Amino acid sequence: MKKITLSHGSGGRLTHELIRELFLKNFGNPSLDKLGDSAFIDMAGKKLAYTTDSFVVRPIFFPGGDIGRLAVSGTVNDLCVSGARPRYLSCAMIVEEGFGYDELRKITVSIKSACEQAGVDVVTGDFKVVEKGGADKIFINTSGVGEVYKNADLSMDRIRPGDKIILSGTAGDHAASILLAREDLKFRARIFSDCAPLNGLVSSVMCRGIKFMRDPTRGGLATTLNEISAALGRDIFIEEASIPVRSSVRALCEILGFDPLYMANEGKVVAIVSPESAMGVLNKMKKHPLGRSCGIIGEVTGDKGGGVYMKTRIGGARILDMLTGEQLPRIC
Amino acid sequence: MKYVDEFRNFKIARDIAGAISSHARGLGGVNFMEVCGTHTMAVERFGIRRMLPRDINLISGPGCPVCVTPKDYIDRAIGLAGIKDVTVASFGDMLKVPGSDSTLAQERGKGKVRVVYSVLDAMDFAAKNPDKKIVFLGIGFETTVPTVAASMELARKRKIRNFFVYSGHKVMPPAMDLLARDKRINIQGFLCPAHVSAVIGTGPYAGISKKYKIPCVISGFEPLDILQSILMLVKQLKSGRSEVENQYARVVRRSGNRKALALMSRVFSEGDSEWRGMGIIPKSGLSVNKAYSDLDAGKVFRLPRVITRPDKGCVCGEVLKGIKTPRDCRLFGKSCTPENPRGACMVSGEGACAAYYRYRK
Amino acid sequence: MCLGIPMKILKIEGDSAIVSVESVRRRINIGFLTRPKTGDYVIVHAGFAIERIDPGKAKETLRLLREIK
Repeated sequence: MKKITLSHGSGGRLTHELIRELFLKNFGNPSLDKLGDSAFIDMAGKKLAYTTDSFVVRPIFFPGGDIGRLAVSGTVNDLCVSGARPRYLSCAMIVEEGFGYDELRKITVSIKSACEQAGVDVVTGDFKVVEKGGADKIFINTSGVGEVYKNADLSMDRIRPGDKIILSGTAGDHAASILLAREDLKFRARIFSDCAPLNGLVSSVMCRGIKFMRDPTRGGLATTLNEISAALGRDIFIEEASIPVRSSVRALCEILGFDPLYMANEGKVVAIVSPESAMGVLNKMKKHPLGRSCGIIGEVTGDKGGGVYMKTRIGGARILDMLTGEQLPRIC
Repeated sequence: MKYVDEFRNFKIARDIAGAISSHARGLGGVNFMEVCGTHTMAVERFGIRRMLPRDINLISGPGCPVCVTPKDYIDRAIGLAGIKDVTVASFGDMLKVPGSDSTLAQERGKGKVRVVYSVLDAMDFAAKNPDKKIVFLGIGFETTVPTVAASMELARKRKIRNFFVYSGHKVMPPAMDLLARDKRINIQGFLCPAHVSAVIGTGPYAGISKKYKIPCVISGFEPLDILQSILMLVKQLKSGRSEVENQYARVVRRSGNRKALALMSRVFSEGDSEWRGMGIIPKSGLSVNKAYSDLDAGKVFRLPRVITRPDKGCVCGEVLKGIKTPRDCRLFGKSCTPENPRGACMVSGEGACAAYYRYRK
Repeated sequence: MCLGIPMKILKIEGDSAIVSVESVRRRINIGFLTRPKTGDYVIVHAGFAIERIDPGKAKETLRLLREIK
């Protein structure tokens, strides 16, 4: 009997296959089939964006954040990379019997401060408790609604060969902070999750020159670039030397045999921008506190295909494939 | 990162690649083999193959635990995880290796398998959980073996009685000898493993080099190390030499690491061992010495009887040796894919078949 | 099968030491080293120092690398 494994949830190829073969097949519709970070709906003459996400991060407290902050940032970010101003969130919690009240309070305060930072309100919610063993401490789901920005025209159909790819900052920070928080690995480092709401950054750079945006969460930058190139049917070319990675994150990855390009981010955005607008977007991004390390990492090529090719730091060439399952500490 | 970044210099890499191209002119096609998973990873990660002239065929040999651990070891490890009170602790590498019916990754969902960075972490876990029996999967070559041996001596010293090792350890030189002998592969140069050599020294390669007249260069893992080592192999071939050279002199000493070697032989002994896809190689495996049988999972537990189903149609063994290509395997791309791997060459992200699968798109 | 990274010894406590690289720190076992000193760079594999890096030989290797044309 086929079973669901952790690899099905890691955001890579298996996840995508499951979504297509099971969910889209059964309750797909034109909106859902787009599999965008948010769905667009027309309501009462207004163009709205609507999204949902569930948060199961372990451990629930990690350097730089916690599940509460993540739950707000994740949904806010899905909305703003869809070109919408986030307005309202729902927040549903499932808590395991025996979970500490104090921890719940800390998470709640995190949610409040993340909402303040993002300028959004939690307007509806739900709270359930299950028996001990029925859930692992706490799971949170947030849904969000936002108004599409008037100057936003984000659509994959607008992408052309030669469009530049901008990354707003360093890759792999969030997943690295999670690795650190796993006490059983016994490492210490100055590494913090980048978990943050990005709507301030996005609204400061939004312009017609930006054709498409996505936040590279599960599966990391490489997975997001693969999703985009596959959907486009065009190759993407990037340069390893242009991808910003913190030296401490890089070091931890070297030790454990991880690749930062496949590690989740929770406060970064990938933007595909017309060549004429690229420098302008970059300069505006640099001015924002969350965009100081931004850079142009590559471009969409004219080649039909749908793969991601990278020039390595030493001048070699490799294909950056979709992640297959989760990364694990290796000796080899 | 000191001692890392200097050996990833873009300009020097370009210069060495150029030197390889000019020196390799006139050699005709040559087969070089590296026998260490970490070399395979580095070559793939830095895109080194694309920098080499077409004449140089760099073969990734059977150099990682993922590639060479036989199916029945995995089946038994899964069986051990099923025993009441037993928690299996393993390096991450082994989790996705296919057994007959399952993988350790799938068993992890039941809470009986733990991934560790170091064997000492498994030992510490045993010390903190006296009600559990911790069986550490001892896989890896001579770089890792001394660490496992050290943990076994420490466990004894600290009277940690619930820590066991299921040995699947192997040693490299006998496999290299077998590969060197195989005329179908026709190896004309070996890149010898960096950290295995740090432990065993340069001596074990001399016999291979002399017997088969094959140049051997002990190579570091950084891209400049690998490129320089390939250049050294090319130069040896051009001048008709077949010697053992040590490119990784900053770490590898001629006599290796005496403490590590002594510890290895106190705890382990060599014997016949099966390599997945390659059959049994004499004196290539390590089993736990009698003096440590109270820590030997093979002796302490009645190893579950397993019916190991052979990989029908899988030609990983020949692909690993570079004799066949992934396309020659009838399972490739059909019942054997990166998401559903049947053999070692597909499990490892850098295995020949996994890499080929990416390129063919 | 020998993923190992150069890390610097910060503090020695018997058979173990705190090592670091780019702010990443860990306690590891240094039982295989002969006369280790703080400030030494060692190859760390699976929580053990496998061998010390010889700075002189490293320098020599780099010199040779730079001369390749």
